Amino acid sequence: MKTHLRRTLTFAICALALCATVVSAAQIEKFFDRQGNLVVQEKVEKYNRRADEGETFPVPPPPFSEDIFPCSDCHADMEPNPERREMVDMHDDIILDHAEGQRWCLDCHNLDDRDALRLVSGEVIPFTESYRLCGQCHGDKLRDWKVGIHGKRTGNWNGEKQYLLCAHCHNPHSPSFKPMKPMPPPVRPENLNRQGAPEATVHH
Amino acid sequence: MCNKTTCDKNNAFQKSRRKVLKGLAAGVGALALPASNASASVWEAFFQKHFRELDKTELQQVLARLEREYSKEFGKDVTVKATPPIEGVKFGYGLDLSRCIGCRRCVYACVEENNQSREPQIQWIRVMQLEKEKGVFLDAAEHYYNPAEVPEKGKFYMPVQCQQCENPPCTKVCPVQATWKENDGIVVVDYNWCIGCRYCMAACPYGARHFNWNKGTLTKDEMNPTTHYLGNRPRPSGVVEKCTFCIQRTREQPGRYPACEEVCPVGARKFGNMLDPKSEIRYLIENKRVFIFKEDLNTQPKFFYFYAT
Repeated sequence: MKTHLRRTLTFAICALALCATVVSAAQIEKFFDRQGNLVVQEKVEKYNRRADEGETFPVPPPPFSEDIFPCSDCHADMEPNPERREMVDMHDDIILDHAEGQRWCLDCHNLDDRDALRLVSGEVIPFTESYRLCGQCHGDKLRDWKVGIHGKRTGNWNGEKQYLLCAHCHNPHSPSFKPMKPMPPPVRPENLNRQGAPEATVHH
Repeated sequence: MCNKTTCDKNNAFQKSRRKVLKGLAAGVGALALPASNASASVWEAFFQKHFRELDKTELQQVLARLEREYSKEFGKDVTVKATPPIEGVKFGYGLDLSRCIGCRRCVYACVEENNQSREPQIQWIRVMQLEKEKGVFLDAAEHYYNPAEVPEKGKFYMPVQCQQCENPPCTKVCPVQATWKENDGIVVVDYNWCIGCRYCMAACPYGARHFNWNKGTLTKDEMNPTTHYLGNRPRPSGVVEKCTFCIQRTREQPGRYPACEEVCPVGARKFGNMLDPKSEIRYLIENKRVFIFKEDLNTQPKFFYFYAT
């Protein structure tokens, strides 16, 4: 009898919580605590805080494919389709080689505002902050990137500098760094003084 | 004891011998001087003082003379700076061996920035291909690798350039003090003072110094007109040259990154002020696995190889 009552009560609370979630999705957040219990509560302000508050990372414009940005140029008139599917009409040139079985477009791209990206937390971020998106999984790389060890900085060592975004070097859809052709080897000493030797002129 | 006539004779002979010797010395001395029809700038260069003994006006005259000469030679406005070290700066360089793919972009960016001779070829950066299984084992190093694509399986790459030693063996052996370590840690050469004996090349354990066997070829288009007296100004024949951490870029306020750092496609190269606790070079020395090349020689390089991962 007692257990039955408790069960009913629990169910009622859950139903209420669910209603609350539906009504005000923006203010309610759900997560598992350290004991593995589901916690449903009003969103605490500190979780909305930017992960790198107070730090600024000047970045050059993100490396978009030609004429593709802003995405809303096309997507504004289209009905958003959150269904997971294979791309056929557009974007079929993108071959996902980045944990492809576990994700698809809208895990990173934002459904409602296509000119932005979306973190797992639901926070919408501009493309210029895409390092936060990558850092969700690659936290060690993000930590190194912030201090200038991973990635590359250009500009002035003692003045204004720019931090290349992850996407400037890694294609986000296929991030492994591609091999490249090396520049010509140096001229061997025995060929060094022969004017016009083929080895000596290849670099022109 | 001599009588009057023989004494006079001897005196006359001694006087004439002295005259002959004097004349001979003057003649030989004159041979070493520039030809009498040489231009004024040749005479000025001949009597130029050591770089560190020049006072402000003399330095300005020297720089102006060089700018005139180079501008005429290369047909464009060439600037020759002599920017001194910045107070409180000690330059350090980091190179991430876990990232470098051996593409040699740095080698050629350096050649373009620093006006190295194209023919015969002089390059300040040498990239070694090493075997992962053997580590930094120089007997297995290959400089002339040229596959279709890098990186190759089982290989890693280690670019070597001047390590800007705190305890540089090269400057100690110079018989005329034409090379020295500046206050910001850069080891420099005064090309106008170097006599081309190449002792420094023999003393350097990194092969970082290079000799101009003749006046190298550098076309007007190739020539980078922003130069530094101790750095990338065009070199005469018979002098030694070396990497200066792009002194013409890095000593400015604000100072650009060196050309090799700027071109690296994998971001393996790091540069900064080791005395600045917030610089990336300080961070990597404090937090990453760092090694210095040929540590056992106690040259104390300011060039740090590291593994970021």
